[in-house]
Amino acid sequence: MRFAVVQFGGSNCDLDVAHVLRHVCGVETDLLWYKERLGRDYDAVVIPGGFSYGDYLRAGAIAARTPIMDEILRHAKDGGLVLGICNGAQIGAESRLVPGTFTLNAYPKFLCRPVHVRVENSGTPFTSLYRDGEVIRLPIAHKEGRYMADPAVLAALNRERRVVFRFSDPKGRITEEMNYNGSAENITGVLGEGGNFLAMMPHPERASEEVLGSEDGRKIFLSMIQYIEAQG
Amino acid sequence: MNFDVEVRITLKPGILDPEARAIQHALADLGFLTTRLSTARVFSISMEAEDRSHAGELAREMCERLLANPVIHRYEVEVRE
Repeated sequence: MRFAVVQFGGSNCDLDVAHVLRHVCGVETDLLWYKERLGRDYDAVVIPGGFSYGDYLRAGAIAARTPIMDEILRHAKDGGLVLGICNGAQIGAESRLVPGTFTLNAYPKFLCRPVHVRVENSGTPFTSLYRDGEVIRLPIAHKEGRYMADPAVLAALNRERRVVFRFSDPKGRITEEMNYNGSAENITGVLGEGGNFLAMMPHPERASEEVLGSEDGRKIFLSMIQYIEAQG
Repeated sequence: MNFDVEVRITLKPGILDPEARAIQHALADLGFLTTRLSTARVFSISMEAEDRSHAGELAREMCERLLANPVIHRYEVEVRE
């Protein structure tokens, strides 16, 4: 089993993700500079957080149009797992791997803080080790993280259980107060159409070791690993 | 032929514009009371094209493929010679 972590100019969570995959989850992981090709079959690709291309134009817009993204789209189309975290989620939305967009926070400042999110669907390759309705604590760090989509898209996401995480209070109540960035319906984790791409604004790699205050994020990576193992 | 094209990207009506809201508040602090304020992004582009309509076509394609995000944006293209 092998994971790839893609690095764009301005990615800055790439080494954190690789560290968690390699040393916490024990899975072989390659760091891939965006000018390289995917080059081999990976079981999963992670698009990490950061500020690719300085967030010029729109967060993720320029990285989404690089040739390596065509290969990642192909990997996803073939059923491979792709996890987009923070800037990776923005890149995923700009690549139309998920519908909607992550745009400027309702109160337009950079938010860096721990949040609670409720797991809305534990039947995905990314969340199988959680329970439905489980509340986990992860950090967010973004200025363009407000999820927005047309009402028809939101209805389809709900119907198809493609909403994976919503901002909640510690008891799992979905409230306006906990909706830090003003996202539609508190949504902060969305699945792509095939169910094998997850775009999420919170950072699971920053909550995968006890020393960092929360291990709640680790199960995302472990769920992916378990899913890949079950696929054989 | 060379054409100058101006592309103007705005948020679709009804989409929250947090930047505009913050600017409006800042103006209010300076004593300017405004009833509406919106922001736009303008790209001034020069390029070779076969004719005027081709230049417009290329600019619209740029919007569709990169400059605008169809989820939240609308765009206008103006071709000048």
